[in-house]
Amino acid sequence: MAETRPGARAEALAAWALSLPALILLWAMLLGPAVAVLLLSFTGWSLGEAEMEWIGAGNYAQLAADPVFWTSLRNTLIYVGVCVPATVGLGLAAALLVESVGRGRGFYRAAYFLPVASTLLAMALVWEFMFHPTVGFVNQAFGALGLPVTDWLNNPDVALLALAVIGVWQNLGLAMVLFVAGLQGIPRDLYEALAMDGADGPWERFRRVTWPMLGPALVFVVSIIAIRSFQVFDTVAVLTEGGPSKSTEVLLYTMVQEGFTFLRSAYGAAITVVFLVFTLAITMAQTILLDRRAHYG
Amino acid sequence: MAVASVDLIGIGKRFGATEVLQDVTLRAADGEFLAILGASGCGKSTLLRILAGLEGADRGQVRLGGEEVGHLRPKARDLAMVFQSYALYPYMTVRQNITLPLQMRRLSALQRLPLLGRLAPGGRALRAGITADVDAVAGPLQLSALMERRPAQLSGGQRQRVALGRAMVRQPAAFLMDEPLSNLDAKLRVEARAEIVAMQRRLSATILYVTHDQVEAMTMADRVAVMQAGRVLQVAPPQHLYDEPASIDVARFVGSPPMNIIPALLDETGMVELAGHVLPWHAQGRAGARVMAGIRPESLVPRPGGLPATLKRVERLGAEAVLHCALPGVEDTVLARVETAIANGLSPGGTIPLMPRRVLLFQEAGLRMECRPHPAATPAMEGALG
Ligand SMILES: Nc1ncnc2c1ncn2[C@@H]1O[C@H](COP(=O)(O)OP(=O)(O)OP(=O)(O)O)[C@@H](O)[C@H]1O
Ligand SMILES: [Mg+2]
Repeated sequence: MAETRPGARAEALAAWALSLPALILLWAMLLGPAVAVLLLSFTGWSLGEAEMEWIGAGNYAQLAADPVFWTSLRNTLIYVGVCVPATVGLGLAAALLVESVGRGRGFYRAAYFLPVASTLLAMALVWEFMFHPTVGFVNQAFGALGLPVTDWLNNPDVALLALAVIGVWQNLGLAMVLFVAGLQGIPRDLYEALAMDGADGPWERFRRVTWPMLGPALVFVVSIIAIRSFQVFDTVAVLTEGGPSKSTEVLLYTMVQEGFTFLRSAYGAAITVVFLVFTLAITMAQTILLDRRAHYG
Repeated sequence: MAVASVDLIGIGKRFGATEVLQDVTLRAADGEFLAILGASGCGKSTLLRILAGLEGADRGQVRLGGEEVGHLRPKARDLAMVFQSYALYPYMTVRQNITLPLQMRRLSALQRLPLLGRLAPGGRALRAGITADVDAVAGPLQLSALMERRPAQLSGGQRQRVALGRAMVRQPAAFLMDEPLSNLDAKLRVEARAEIVAMQRRLSATILYVTHDQVEAMTMADRVAVMQAGRVLQVAPPQHLYDEPASIDVARFVGSPPMNIIPALLDETGMVELAGHVLPWHAQGRAGARVMAGIRPESLVPRPGGLPATLKRVERLGAEAVLHCALPGVEDTVLARVETAIANGLSPGGTIPLMPRRVLLFQEAGLRMECRPHPAATPAMEGALG
């Protein structure tokens, strides 16, 4: 290394010393567990066993050959694929509506946010009732409108969709609140400039200013809703238990079954790794997009 | 519409309990550069926004080219606005920013649709025309090399030129500019001033130009409207405003360093008595009336027989210096602007005689009073009156 400035070494030492606590915590709390799971997934360990045996990619080979895993992965992707566009679209619409009302904004915001803040486990009761084949609100309403009715949570064709509806309901408020924050960050004078430039209709306002200015918020909302949708678990556990006939089997539910019910911890760890890979991919996509495209500086 | 005159007649506006504009009447003839000068918060932006249609007036009329437009929406008024923040669309390139106003006006809703619009009939020729017009505007503003950049990749001066370009490209009936140079540094500001004035000459455009910088108003405008607390105090060409302010507020606001305002009395013959000295200036008024004498710093010249001033401080500006002085019985510091050579011979603490060459008189309430040099001036003073 070239001749360094006197004191540079001490400065570097001080820098390390100062960042050490944060680094230790970062590894201990965030990165450490992920690494532990990764290592565990290469063993044959089951909960309670005294020995740990390194079996390499054995768990992954088993996963690849397990039809339940593939069903689970497929269901999860479908669930995410339904939830993300629906939540983001409805969340944006709700945000635009809430921002356009003069009075009672606070009320609407709180109302939409309620499902986010409340425990889904408790709310699942309400949804179970809503989807009840005979007295449930959904079938009552569908019946009154002459639409087909079914036992939503016990029909393998629509059970996953019914869970997705609950998922959208739960995350809608979060998407809305984030979009509202994004909307409030749009300078008013852009709309005024637009009006001077000759565009003052709602569609032109949305297309020329609102939508492009929401770019960063949109990337953030999509990724956070995607991650939250990937994490779908409690509704499955309480309402369908993965059924009927595996039609609502999702990644985290499979993982919990394998890891905690059947005590095959290492196998569960492998599923967790798959789950983490998806989460990581979403996060990285978000970071890259936010850095590159959505930034207007 | 071609270049048009702008009339604001009896405009009133309140926000809640505060009366922001009170009976504002202004006229800019077509092709005139009218500056609206006033301190922060006096309602300049509100006035411009009412003219643009971005804000509704509570009272009064807005006319463009003689026609009432108060009921029209902003886009129907054919005005262009340059915002203080520029309000450029950050996600669009310079070209897109300047193109948008033409797209909105020349293309049909169908032709403007993303992707599909390209296929709509008749669009191609219109688009070519728009591109040509945009390039024609970009050239003189030296934006041609920057067309594909985003606003974030531009300097303040370049952004300001883009904002101007976006306003100019449509050839509107009039330009409204809200402190367009306030974000620029001093040097750029001087250049940008010249650019705007050149643009105005070239297009013989009507411009309403809001600023709180008197130098801008004085150097650029054909006429200046001075506003204070929601009222127009005076509208006049810059030099007239400087020489003949209609009130003490205008006199205070225009000129830098500011005019000296010194309490004075009228003696029994109507002569102005200031700091215990009778000046050879005469006004109609009752004996003993309290008045305010306004003396520009450059009309106070060191000369024997003048008012006995004590020098407190010398502020050097290069070619000139400002003398900060105290007059007996006068509370405020009195400023005199002299050549540096004269200041060099002076030291703080010393006494210099300062002779007023021109005195403006104001009533205590602030309105201007007539005041003339008196023929019976002493010889020394007559010399000063030159
Ligand atoms: N939307 C509004 N609601 C309430 N008060 C307002 C609103 N807009 C402006 N005002 C008030 O009206 C007054 C005039 O505002 P305006 O923006 O016209 O001032 P200005 O002369 O442009 O000042 P500046 O030089 O700082 O831009 C201010 O006192 C301001 O607080
Ligand atoms: Mg303003």
